[in-house]
Amino acid sequence: MIRYTLSRLAGAIPTLLIIITLSFLLLHAAPGGPFDAQKQIPPAIKANIERMYHLDEPLYKQYARYLWNISSGDFGPSYQYRETSVNEIIREGFPIDALIGGAALLGALLIGLPIGIIAALRRNTYWDYLPMGLAMIGISIPVFVVAPILILVFAVNLHWLPAGGWVGISPSHIILPALALAAPYVAYVARLMRGSMVEVLNSPYILMARAKGVPEPLVILRHAMKPALMPLVSFLGPATAGIITGSIVIETIFGLPGIGRAFVDGALNRDYTLVLGVTILYGALIVFFNLLADISYSLLDPRVRYE
Amino acid sequence: MSAAPNQAVVSIPPVAAISAPAGRSLWADAMARLMQNRFAVASAILLGVIVFAAIIVPWISPYNYYTPQWALLDLPPTWHGGHIFGTDDLGRDLLVRVMWGCRISLFIGLIATIVSVVIGVLWGAAAGFVGGHVDSVMMRIVDILYSVPFIPFVIILVVMFGRDLFLIFVAIGAVSWLDIARIVRGQTLSLGNKEFIEAARASGVSGPSIVVRHLVPNLLGIVVIYATLTVPSVILFEAFLSFLGLGVQAPMTSLGVLVSDGASELQSYPYLLFIPAVFLALIVYCLNYLGDGLRDVLDPKER
Amino acid sequence: MAPTPLLEVRDVSVEFATREGAVRAVSQVDLDLVTGETLAIVGESGSGKSQMLLGLLGLTARNGRVSGSARFKGEELVGAGAKRLNQIRGAEIGFVFQDPMTSLNPYLTIGRQLTEPLTVHRRVGSAAATAQAIEMLHAVHITEPERRMQQYPHQLSGGMRQRVAIAMALICRPEMLIADEPTTALDVTVQAQVLSLLREVRERFGTAVILVTHDLGVIAELADRVNVMYAGRIVETGSVDEIFYNCRHPYTQALERSIPQLDDSRLERLVAIAGNPPNPLHLPPGCAFAPRCPYRLDVCDKSVPPLEAVEAGHRKACFYEGALDRMAEPA
Repeated sequence: MIRYTLSRLAGAIPTLLIIITLSFLLLHAAPGGPFDAQKQIPPAIKANIERMYHLDEPLYKQYARYLWNISSGDFGPSYQYRETSVNEIIREGFPIDALIGGAALLGALLIGLPIGIIAALRRNTYWDYLPMGLAMIGISIPVFVVAPILILVFAVNLHWLPAGGWVGISPSHIILPALALAAPYVAYVARLMRGSMVEVLNSPYILMARAKGVPEPLVILRHAMKPALMPLVSFLGPATAGIITGSIVIETIFGLPGIGRAFVDGALNRDYTLVLGVTILYGALIVFFNLLADISYSLLDPRVRYE
Repeated sequence: MSAAPNQAVVSIPPVAAISAPAGRSLWADAMARLMQNRFAVASAILLGVIVFAAIIVPWISPYNYYTPQWALLDLPPTWHGGHIFGTDDLGRDLLVRVMWGCRISLFIGLIATIVSVVIGVLWGAAAGFVGGHVDSVMMRIVDILYSVPFIPFVIILVVMFGRDLFLIFVAIGAVSWLDIARIVRGQTLSLGNKEFIEAARASGVSGPSIVVRHLVPNLLGIVVIYATLTVPSVILFEAFLSFLGLGVQAPMTSLGVLVSDGASELQSYPYLLFIPAVFLALIVYCLNYLGDGLRDVLDPKER
Repeated sequence: MAPTPLLEVRDVSVEFATREGAVRAVSQVDLDLVTGETLAIVGESGSGKSQMLLGLLGLTARNGRVSGSARFKGEELVGAGAKRLNQIRGAEIGFVFQDPMTSLNPYLTIGRQLTEPLTVHRRVGSAAATAQAIEMLHAVHITEPERRMQQYPHQLSGGMRQRVAIAMALICRPEMLIADEPTTALDVTVQAQVLSLLREVRERFGTAVILVTHDLGVIAELADRVNVMYAGRIVETGSVDEIFYNCRHPYTQALERSIPQLDDSRLERLVAIAGNPPNPLHLPPGCAFAPRCPYRLDVCDKSVPPLEAVEAGHRKACFYEGALDRMAEPA
């Protein structure tokens, strides 16, 4: 068990390194430099700026320098906003994403789980077909369609919630973005839960529990729930990746000052450090949640925990 | 009579033959069962209709998808008159644009899926077939790539290297092959251990022959399932790129472009969003249902 | 003390509605069990043995329908309410399944699963339940029972798991135990242990046992009476001696002949019953065994032979009245 955890941890580090290296190389491989697009700068000044940012050094030196900085947590200055460091940008923008992403995931679980369980318990009835059909729709419609519709309905027509913007942590500004982001995940969770529950309910050990005369509610709660929830734990990893992606869209539509938008702007403006910083942050998040999912799974499944 | 008197083999007395149920090949059996899945069949038909329309309509329509008609901006949909779906903000007929959008989205979906299927199958089958260290290494690479945040990478790629259609294919295909590789490798491993492979080997069938005549038909089923399920996710991904302004270049359009353009005009001209969104959702929905249906019939675990 | 009837099954059928049509897994089965008796039900896979028993306890799958009557201690089981059935299951009728690896919940400890019948049926507190569970583990010869209680099923060997399953089935001291192929999934050496355990348990607790198996050796060891099933019907029933030494149904004979004997050096081939069991979707109109039967008569293809007495306590469902001495020529 400990060995398993350690080995997974050990595997995470090369993954991160690869992500960092790949991003670094990719950025520097693109034609043009970070300062080409800006207004006409006399070549001498441009050369000066480039020297200040060490862009005139050979690639491997820049790489080493970058790695060194990262290991102490310094992502460097933003190339666009030269007074601001990437760390600051991340520090300001990331909590917003974390809040909305977390709310979305939580909401998806709270709504999706019961729907899936009920669909499994009432298999092949309307309790099953209807929610699953709707769930399928939820998966089929992209976030940037759902979001404007939600805005139209709740903000513009009903005036219940603001159409976007951010004024610090206020629930009314979180609800719509989180809802839009969560929509497909409610569907995924419900479908996953239903499938897994149906499979568990067909297992021999459930038949055994019934043969022991255990009342049905106890069969479901005590015998079926835990096995049925396992696939959901594994889903946590890919779900995070998806939430991150979705957040980019959500920020744009709702005008939220998160790092997703900063990332896209940075990419368009060749802000190397910002782009690198955010990419690595995203990568680290994905690696972290995958790790969390793996370790949780092994903790929860007795067959892995006690081998 | 050579048989010893005590040979106690009970033979079947001759009688009117009991008709055994006629054997069906795997595919025929699967297709028959698929036909019983009404949702899957309906999805397939609907898809067929959309594809047909996407091919035919731009051909026969008097309007094209790129010429602005300044006199006809933002017309709402009308039954009579020329523009059944109305026009967009540049006066272009929406029906033709939506049909072109379907064409492009489906095309991208198809090509990218083929790319990712080819890579995934080759990778997964090789890993599963060769096994041992090679397998471990190959799957480790897949694991690592799984953690790479692809979206940022694709964005970087597209921003840096321009919005080349080919690049989009490659980028999307590069993201999707991982799942297929894993599935194919798992399937290859479990098949390779199955008794009928051993039996084939034991009776002298050669390696490549085993691959072709025994492994491939069994892999085909699972590949078809996942290919069918990959197309919709590719289409959605392309829509996402278009939304960010990184998709196909104007005036060429895709459903993603249409939807994101329409989203910005939601309040004033809702049909600009809804019509392409409906088509997008329908295509994705039908493909998902079809994939689910295929999985019910072809997945070895379900049988 | 005269043996009292424990279970009286009359005319029970189990039918499933499937996409390809109605499937009759069990047809018009009659069965009797008295207290303390061990009744064996023997038949090939797919003969309906398990489905019949599941049907008696109300455990049939959703698309199945059970008809007929099954009185347990005078109380009707078929159609009984779920609540009453739950009270009977586990407390008055114990069940042991074939594969202990899959019938024990991998996510719950042995202790949890073992004490559950007590806490559910006998309202015993957890401390007392644990004590009784440990005692039961002793009874089934599991070493270090206290430690085992904290372990998970996958940490035990197959034989141990089956013992736990038996302990679990008996912990409420039910009057009847149903063991569905309890040794089939086990190694031969372990089989012997489990069988002797069953015998011991039966002696100690006086439980009546319905033992489902396709292994005639097991029957010889444990059973008092035997029911032979084929294609969902009982084709012969009698005492162990009668079935082994004086069987009257061609299928029973074929089953017995198919067991290789160590001293049969004259045989050159393994004996099998030619043909295949019928597809439950397409049962023939007459006797289901007729297509494979060397004693077939015309009437056998047309009507189903009723179960009739040969002598007291010995019944067969066969139209053929002659001696079973025919050895057919190999085809």
